[in-house]
Amino acid sequence: MLEIRDLNVYFGVIHALKGVSLTVNDGEIVTLIGANGAGKTTTLRTISGLIKPKSGTISLDGADITGLPAKERVRLGISHVPEGRRVFPAMTVLENLELGAYLRRDKQGIAKDLNKVYEHFPILYDRRRQSAGTLSGGEQQMLAIGRAMMSRPRILFLDEPSMGLAPLLVQEIFNIIKSINESGTTILLVEQNASMALKTADRAYVLETGSIVISGSGEELAQSEDIKKAYLGG
Amino acid sequence: MDQFIQQIINGISLGSIYALIALGYTMVYGIIKLINFAHCDVYMLGAYIGYYCMTFLHLGVVPSLLIAMILCTLLGVLIEKIAYKPLRNATRIAVLITAIGVSLFLEYGTMYFVSPQVRTFPPHIVKSMSAGIKLGNINLTFMQLMIVSVTVLLMVLLQLTVKRTRIGKAMRAVSLDVDAAELMGINVDTTISFTFALGSALAGAAGVLVGLYYNSINPLMGLLPGLKAFVAAVFGGIGIIPGAMIGGYFIGMVETFVAGYGYSMYRDAVVFAILILILIVKPAGLLGRNVREKV
Ligand SMILES: Nc1ncnc2c1ncn2[C@@H]1O[C@H](COP(=O)(O)OP(=O)(O)OP(=O)(O)O)[C@@H](O)[C@H]1O
Ligand SMILES: [Mg+2]
Repeated sequence: MLEIRDLNVYFGVIHALKGVSLTVNDGEIVTLIGANGAGKTTTLRTISGLIKPKSGTISLDGADITGLPAKERVRLGISHVPEGRRVFPAMTVLENLELGAYLRRDKQGIAKDLNKVYEHFPILYDRRRQSAGTLSGGEQQMLAIGRAMMSRPRILFLDEPSMGLAPLLVQEIFNIIKSINESGTTILLVEQNASMALKTADRAYVLETGSIVISGSGEELAQSEDIKKAYLGG
Repeated sequence: MDQFIQQIINGISLGSIYALIALGYTMVYGIIKLINFAHCDVYMLGAYIGYYCMTFLHLGVVPSLLIAMILCTLLGVLIEKIAYKPLRNATRIAVLITAIGVSLFLEYGTMYFVSPQVRTFPPHIVKSMSAGIKLGNINLTFMQLMIVSVTVLLMVLLQLTVKRTRIGKAMRAVSLDVDAAELMGINVDTTISFTFALGSALAGAAGVLVGLYYNSINPLMGLLPGLKAFVAAVFGGIGIIPGAMIGGYFIGMVETFVAGYGYSMYRDAVVFAILILILIVKPAGLLGRNVREKV
């Protein structure tokens, strides 16, 4: 469904992505892991249209979307939960969720999806009139995910959803990711928490200083000695 | 007592004007973190447009006001497109200097076309506007009523736009987090244009109202009110819409009272003293707070 070919991204003289290629098939959970500064966030931001690549192509369902503005990519079904949640702090929880459906006009569909988000995250319903900046870190992560779901995405990007969360909450977030996937949304997941990510994902890519160095099924990578040493702490 | 009430009436009128101008500063600052120096010149041009509508087209006050607002809207959008948009990724100082350049260009460009001469509005309009209600020694002119009611109406419309409409929500989102807004599918450029449009429409209205109120316009008339409105915006908390409203009324009131009680010479100085004070005591402004985001 999503295919990235030979993506090169520069920040001034920094060559942040050096020919990254990856594919995500319909219905999969694919994870992208790697050390700090490897280029994971840059990869997602480039696919979402926030960063213009120097070269390479991004295609969605076979159509080239490399030159499209971010807005059109959202319209085509890409939704992105950015690193650090990035909820709109001075707006209410409900307003944040409504902004997730910014491009949609089907009022009934939006209302239905809003209910779905509230079912997934009952706490967001209780807090719907409260400004998002007052939520706890975990609640903000739920809001960020809920907001992204409001565009009814076909593919969802998650950038370190477990960052800064307590272990119990990490487990919960991963369960939610799985259930979102089971209800038909394809997922591209960036994680520092490699063991959880590999357990959850169908396939995985390892990014090292801007290049994909290893790829394979989640299980395979979880067993690999190199990966264990470098990313799984043993 | 009468004098006190009279000062309050005058202060509210002046404050309305500052509030209208301050809103434009604050909205633009909120969305692109730019102090738009050219804003006070849009206000000045609004006054000229009103003047020409009344003097040469013999239009009434309300149609002139509307035309000034519409043309200022276009002007504001145009300024943003030509001068600021190409600098979207430039340093803030570069954009700031550009804004000063645009401001000078508008001031001296206007001067070239209309001459630096001070103009006054058609006497019959001025006369009808300065008629009013007299209660003892208190004087409430039709002009003051108009200033206050137009301002309140525009502020209500603005609040509804920002709080309730789709584009208003987009404005708030972009001003909070550009990247996240873009990920929602919001067109950031359109939203910024719209913000300039709103601010400029308000400035255009303020220009016509002030021109009539003081019955005197010239190409540099924007400078001082512009600065004071800017102080008002900072006082209320730059980037915060209700802050600009409160700040505008506060500055207008202070200035009127200082002048009204015989310290006319200090009226401008006091306003800038307030700026210095607020920057020392509460730099984020009255309603501003340092929003800490959780990581
Ligand atoms: N806007 C930018 N300007 C300059 N350099 C940048 C910018 N964004 C990212 N970089 C650089 O690009 C490289 C990749 O950064 P990126 O944020 O993609 O890493 P990451 O894999 O997401 O890291 P982390 O796990 O810490 O989030 C880093 O060296 C970073 O310093
Ligand atoms: Mg990152």
